[in-house]
Amino acid sequence: MSCGCCSTDNKVQELDKIIAKYKDTRGALIPVLHDAQELYGYLPMSVQKRIAEGLGVSLAEVYGVVTFYTQFYLNPKGKYKISVCLGTACYVKGAGEIYDKISEILNIKSGECTSDGLFSLDACRCIGACGLAPVIMINDDVYGRLTADDIPDIIRKYQEAEAAAV
Amino acid sequence: MSEFVTLTIDGKEVKAPVGSTVLEAAKSAGINIPTLCYLKDINEIGACRMCIVDVGARSFQAACMYPVSEGLKVITNSPKIRETRKVTLELILSAHERTCLSCVRSLNCELQKLAQELNVQDIRYEGETQHYPIDDLSHSIVRDPNKCILCRRCVSVCKEVQTVSAIETIDRGYKTIVASPFNMPLKDTPCVNCGQCIVVCPVGALREKSSIEKVWDALSNEDLHVVVQTAPAVRAAIGEEFGYPIGTPVTGKMVASLKKLGFAKVFDTDTAADLTIMEEGTELVNRIKNNGTLPLITSCSPGWIKFCEHFYPDLLDNLSTCKSPQNMFGSVLKSYYADKMGIDREKMFVVSVMPCTAKKYEAERPELASTGFPDVDEVITTRELAQMIKEAGIDFRRLEDEEFDDPMGEATGAGVIFGATGGVMEAALRSVPYLLTGKDDDNVDINVVRGVEDIKEAEVEVAGVKIKAAVAHGLGNARKIMDKVRAGEADYQFIEIMACPGGCVCGGGQPIQPASVRSDMDLRVERAKALYQEDQNLTLRRSHQNPKVLKMYEEYFETPGGEKAHKLLHTHYVARENYPEDKAQK
Repeated sequence: MSCGCCSTDNKVQELDKIIAKYKDTRGALIPVLHDAQELYGYLPMSVQKRIAEGLGVSLAEVYGVVTFYTQFYLNPKGKYKISVCLGTACYVKGAGEIYDKISEILNIKSGECTSDGLFSLDACRCIGACGLAPVIMINDDVYGRLTADDIPDIIRKYQEAEAAAV
Repeated sequence: MSEFVTLTIDGKEVKAPVGSTVLEAAKSAGINIPTLCYLKDINEIGACRMCIVDVGARSFQAACMYPVSEGLKVITNSPKIRETRKVTLELILSAHERTCLSCVRSLNCELQKLAQELNVQDIRYEGETQHYPIDDLSHSIVRDPNKCILCRRCVSVCKEVQTVSAIETIDRGYKTIVASPFNMPLKDTPCVNCGQCIVVCPVGALREKSSIEKVWDALSNEDLHVVVQTAPAVRAAIGEEFGYPIGTPVTGKMVASLKKLGFAKVFDTDTAADLTIMEEGTELVNRIKNNGTLPLITSCSPGWIKFCEHFYPDLLDNLSTCKSPQNMFGSVLKSYYADKMGIDREKMFVVSVMPCTAKKYEAERPELASTGFPDVDEVITTRELAQMIKEAGIDFRRLEDEEFDDPMGEATGAGVIFGATGGVMEAALRSVPYLLTGKDDDNVDINVVRGVEDIKEAEVEVAGVKIKAAVAHGLGNARKIMDKVRAGEADYQFIEIMACPGGCVCGGGQPIQPASVRSDMDLRVERAKALYQEDQNLTLRRSHQNPKVLKMYEEYFETPGGEKAHKLLHTHYVARENYPEDKAQK
C-alpha cells in the first residue's frame, strides 16, 4: 500500500525492482501491475510507461490490460478502498442493496472517492469468494455474508480508527 | 505418422494437413464458410463467430480456429447454423453506425457483403448505440469507432506485423473500443501512419484523411500551376479499382486520366527515384570511402522514418539524409523546373499520388520545404485518385494510353522497381559500380533482393570494395534488423527498409482487397510483377543513365552530393518521444 512517506524517486526505484523481479517470467504483466498498484495506489500513465518499457511490451497492451480488469485503477483511490462484489453469486444474494447502502452513507458512486480522501467505492466483478456471498473488501479485509444493516458499523469502524490515529 | 488427416465436411471426405483449420480444409474442398474478423496470417482469433460450424461438440466452434483431426465430422450449413450466424450478424449490425450510403467503404465493405450473403433483411435488435468522437487529427489516418466492429484486424497488424502497437482493445464488455492508450489521438502516439490498419479494416472504421477537395480546389484555381507526380506503385494497383486483374500495370491510362482531370503536367516520381539513387548511391560510396556511419539505411519510406525516430532515435545517423523521392521531386519541381519554365514558385502547386498514407504526414513535415514553400502541397492515395476519376465521370478503361510529360518525363527501370521490396536496393546496386569506378558491371537483374522473404541479404564486390546489403519490409522485420545494428551484430554496409509488407505496392493507400481475395493470393507478389514487367520493357534500367537526371545535374545541381543538391535534396531527422504525457486524455 502507498505509505505516502517515501519520495517519488524511491518509488521509481521500488517499481524498477518489481519489474526486475518478474521480467523474465511468462505473463509478468499482471503481477507487476498488481505490485505497482500496491506501491502507488493506482496506475498513472508514468507508471504504465515505465512498466511497458521495462517488460518490453507496448503501452497500448499495458493500458488494454489495465482497463480490462476492474481491479486496476487509473485514478487515485481513497485510503480505504471499498470494493463491492457484483459478481453473479453476490448479486443474487443482495449485493446491489449493499452497494446502494455504502453509496448512500458515503455519498459517492463507483469509481469515486470521498472528499476527505478516506474512502473510495468500486463495484467489482467476482473476487472468488462466492461461498461468502455477498462480499465486500475494504483494502485487504474481507467481509462476507453481509446484509445492508451491517454496513454502517463497518464503515464507522474505519472512521473511528482514523479519528483515533489523528 | 501421416502428415494428413481425413475428415468429412458436409458429407464430403476431405484430406487436410495436420495443424490446419477446418476453415482451410473447407476452402480447399471448395466449401465456403462465411468469415468476418478472419484475415489469413494476420488475424485468426475466432472473435466474430461468423464462421461457426458443427463439429459434434456441445456448442458450435469457430472454423478459423478449430484444428482438423482424423475422422472429424463437420457440418457447415444447417438451419440452426444459419440462424445462429444471422443472429450474431444482426447483433453486430445493431451496434454499427449504418450510414452505408455515404460511407467510404460502401460497395467494398465486408460487413455489407456478408449481410447481403446471409440475407439479413431486418435487424431484429434495437440495442443501445455508442457515440464516440471521430479521431481526425492525424495528417494521414481517420479513425471512426462508431463503425468499428471490433474484429481486431487493425490491432493485430499494428502489433504483430508492424510492432508499433499504437492501438489496442481498450476497456471491456459493451464499452470495448479500439483506441490508443489513454485515448490519445493517433497523432500523439508512435503511429507511423503506414495505414496498414486501413487496408485490413473490413468496414469504414479506418480511412485516409482525404485531400480530394483540396485538390479539386487547386485544379479549379486558375492562378495556380498544378502539377502531379505519381509513385511507381500506383500504376501497379489502380487498375484494381476499375476491374483489372490484380497485378495489371495501367501506366498509360493512369497518365491519361490525370491529364483529363486537369493537371498542367503529369510527372513520374520514378524520375526522382533515379535522382535518389544518384544521391544515395553517392552517399553510400562516400561513407564507405571516408569511414562514415554505416550501415547506411534508406530513407524513402516515411512510415519507416517515423518508426526509426520513435524506436531507434540513437541510430538516426545511419539514415540516408536523402529526402524521399516524393519530396525530392517536389523540391526539384519548385526549384529547377519552376526556374526553367519561368513559373513563380508560389504559384506552383505540387500534388502527389502515392500508394501511401504516411506520405501525407511526410508532406506536412516543416523541414521539407527547401525552397521556402512546402516541397509537396497535397498528397492523395491511389484510392483517392480512383475516386476522383470516378467522380469526374472518366471512363478509365476506354482511355487511350498517354506518356508522362517532359521535361521530367522519362525514368529508368530502376526508378520503377522502387515500389516493391528490394527495389531500392536493386536500383542502388545497379548504379553503385558506376559511382565507384565509372563503369557498369553486368548485373542488371539482381534477383537475390527480389521476393517477399522477410529479410533478404546480398553481397556484391565492386572494385575490391565489398558491400553487404540487407532488405527488410514490414516494420516487424525492420525491428529485427535494427536490433542487430544496435547490438553491433550486423556487418551490413547498406540496408533497405520499407514500412509496408511487400513494399509500396501494398502500401496503406492502395486499393483495399477483402479477406477472401487475400486468402487466395499474395498481393505483394502479384502487384510487384507489374513493376518488374515494366522494368523489363525499358531500355534504360540504371538510374545513372537517366538523361533527364543527368541534365538536371548539368544545368542545376552540379554534382551528386554537392552543395546545391544538399540544400534541396537532403533532410534531417528528429528523435520523437513515444506518448508524451501531457497529451493524455481523460
